[in-house]
Amino acid sequence: MKKSVAFLLILVLTLGIFVAGCGGGKNANQDTATNDPVEQPDTNDKNENSEPAEEDSSPDKEAEVTSLIFWTFQELHKQFIDDAVLTWNEKNPDSPIELVTEVYSYDEMHNKLLIALQSGVGAPDIADIEISKFANYLKGSTPSLVPLNDYIGSDIEYCVQARFDNYAKDGKYYGIDYHVGATVMFYNTEILDQAGVDPKDIVTWDDYVEVGKKVVAETGIPMTTIEITDQWTLYPMISQIGSDIFDSQGNIIIDNEDNIKVLQFLYDMVHKHKIAIPAPGGSHHAEEYFAFMNNGGAASVLMPLWYMSRFVEYMPDLDGKITILPLPAWEEGGYRSAGMGGTGTVVTTQSKHQDLAARFLAFAKVSREGAIKTWTMLGFDPIRWDVWDAPEMSADNKYTDYFGKGIFDMLLEIKDEIHPTNIPEIYPAAIDIIKRDVVFKSIREQSLTPEEALKEAANELARQQ
Amino acid sequence: MNNTHLTYKKRSHGIIPYVFVSPFIISFLLFFLYPTISTIIMSFQKIAGPGDVSFIGFKNYQNLLNPLFFTALKNTTIYTFWTILVLVPLPIILAVVLNKKTTIGRNVFRSAFFMPALTSVIVAGIFFRYAFGEQETTFINAILGKFGLEPIVWLQQKSTGMFALVVLCTWRWLGVNIVYFLSGLQNIPDELYESADIDGANSFHKLMHITLPGLKPVIIYVITISVYGGYAMFAESYTYWGTSNPGGIGLTLVQYIYQTGFNQNDMGFASAIGITLLFIVMVVNIVQLSLFGYFRKEED
Repeated sequence: MKKSVAFLLILVLTLGIFVAGCGGGKNANQDTATNDPVEQPDTNDKNENSEPAEEDSSPDKEAEVTSLIFWTFQELHKQFIDDAVLTWNEKNPDSPIELVTEVYSYDEMHNKLLIALQSGVGAPDIADIEISKFANYLKGSTPSLVPLNDYIGSDIEYCVQARFDNYAKDGKYYGIDYHVGATVMFYNTEILDQAGVDPKDIVTWDDYVEVGKKVVAETGIPMTTIEITDQWTLYPMISQIGSDIFDSQGNIIIDNEDNIKVLQFLYDMVHKHKIAIPAPGGSHHAEEYFAFMNNGGAASVLMPLWYMSRFVEYMPDLDGKITILPLPAWEEGGYRSAGMGGTGTVVTTQSKHQDLAARFLAFAKVSREGAIKTWTMLGFDPIRWDVWDAPEMSADNKYTDYFGKGIFDMLLEIKDEIHPTNIPEIYPAAIDIIKRDVVFKSIREQSLTPEEALKEAANELARQQ
Repeated sequence: MNNTHLTYKKRSHGIIPYVFVSPFIISFLLFFLYPTISTIIMSFQKIAGPGDVSFIGFKNYQNLLNPLFFTALKNTTIYTFWTILVLVPLPIILAVVLNKKTTIGRNVFRSAFFMPALTSVIVAGIFFRYAFGEQETTFINAILGKFGLEPIVWLQQKSTGMFALVVLCTWRWLGVNIVYFLSGLQNIPDELYESADIDGANSFHKLMHITLPGLKPVIIYVITISVYGGYAMFAESYTYWGTSNPGGIGLTLVQYIYQTGFNQNDMGFASAIGITLLFIVMVVNIVQLSLFGYFRKEED
């Protein structure tokens, strides 16, 4: 008797656990279900203006809603894609989609995606992959990503081609970027006025150094900061001068003469001319740096245009004091920008709706509307240059409030002054080395000369290759 | 009737123990043995992509002979050395003090010392990351400032970076080690101290000749887990520096595994580092245990 009671108890307990587990699942479903109506009224609201009666009946009868999953590491991208879904469903009533976005932290998302693709199960339909990790997903003979050439189609003529080459292998484009990432110089006009200099007079890097000396002499504030543990100072300048980490065949050229010249120039700015300092916290994304810059710590900073959102978010006190200009050229008439950073959105081969997902992705990011939204919603410079002079681009938003208008007039000026970057399989390792050793050892620690640091990096890359 | 009852009893006794241990056995096989074996296999492979796997013999192990691996090995060993050097004597002294009935508020201190062990490494790590920030206004630099010292760039120099790691580790694990030593102290019979008192021994003598020898098994245990903990350290370094370790000052072996496996998608090489780490830890612990005479004792 006692045994059977005990057995019953165990049974009940086990069942209880299962039921509890299922209950959790149901709740989770309910959560997403309650999320949907929140989004759907938006659709209804918008459509009500046009044809409310039709809208009510159409989704159920006409077409089945396809559910897609999207992974990203950036909350802002979720808002952008959610908005694109609404527009898509308006324009394509015959193939409506419902997108479930999962936002993870940067490392977690890339690791999860890598393992899911490697093991063949569990990958989402659409995912964001950051450029310095992208090469990892193109390894091997058959990447688990869907080529997007057919979906991008002829729109590529209106786009900055270099941004597609970053995510290409054997002529196939596997990712679509959000932005060009044109590198620019953000000047703090308050400090420059105090020193009595006009940033518009700066044409070459030599001019920049001269102005920097004046700024330091007049105000005691350094002209700029240099990233030690990130690549956004050295790498853009290398690209700007026309060099790269790898050549187009994937050979290592990180220790070529141009690159040594660039790193030596950075070294001189810090240790010889004393107009630059290593960025507090090591990078322009460190909390120390945000506080430092917000308090008027440096007169300028070189970063890609997407850094605008960091000013708006983290440096509120500089509102109205920052002006954005092209980079000083290496020589008069030289290129004044570089395309840096980026996130390629991909469709995985594990998706059951590859065609629909790819069509939606191209619609969301390559179409004119999509490109304009990357500016109005995300503050990015769209990959489609033919929208840069569209009226929507000069409408007020939080970025024009902060930086003033005319950002895109400046961008149009430099749109052909961006070299493509070469991204072979070993690219993630190269970025690691720049972030870990090159600038740190040559400028912060000074244990190696710029030339030695780059030679060491080249040797290390050759070993890993 | 009786007979059937007996066989039923026998049979049920035969199955039920297995039912009860099965969760452990299953999770061991699934989450421990299977991954271990496949890691060993993967360490001999080049894994380029899905379905693109080839055996390359010992090449991954040959690749280990590179400066990064030795930096990681050196950092990890120095870190383990310091954590043991701090986290054995300090908790012993504190445990002895907290064990004294005359210590005021000893229960409060016991829980206060233990509290940090309950926090997550990430939360604690982020706190210390900011505390060791390089501005004058950050926690540690502000304290230095009170003494008229210049602010220090803590996390971008080898020695101060290591110091920051050891401080975080000490803060988190001090309380746990105190608990180990407190329980060890309770096993030392009071009679020993009483007879020492009769013989006229002072407190230092009692510490050296009764307390420490009495704590020996606990010390061996703490050192063994510290070796494992030290060589497996990852999260502390990750919260301080993320994946961009300036000059490799906080590069540990596990972080090297992480970078190779996830940052550079070279799972084969990462597996080889992992297997090597397993052997290194085993060798260090065997050496340590035999130095303490642990194996000799068993032979007796």
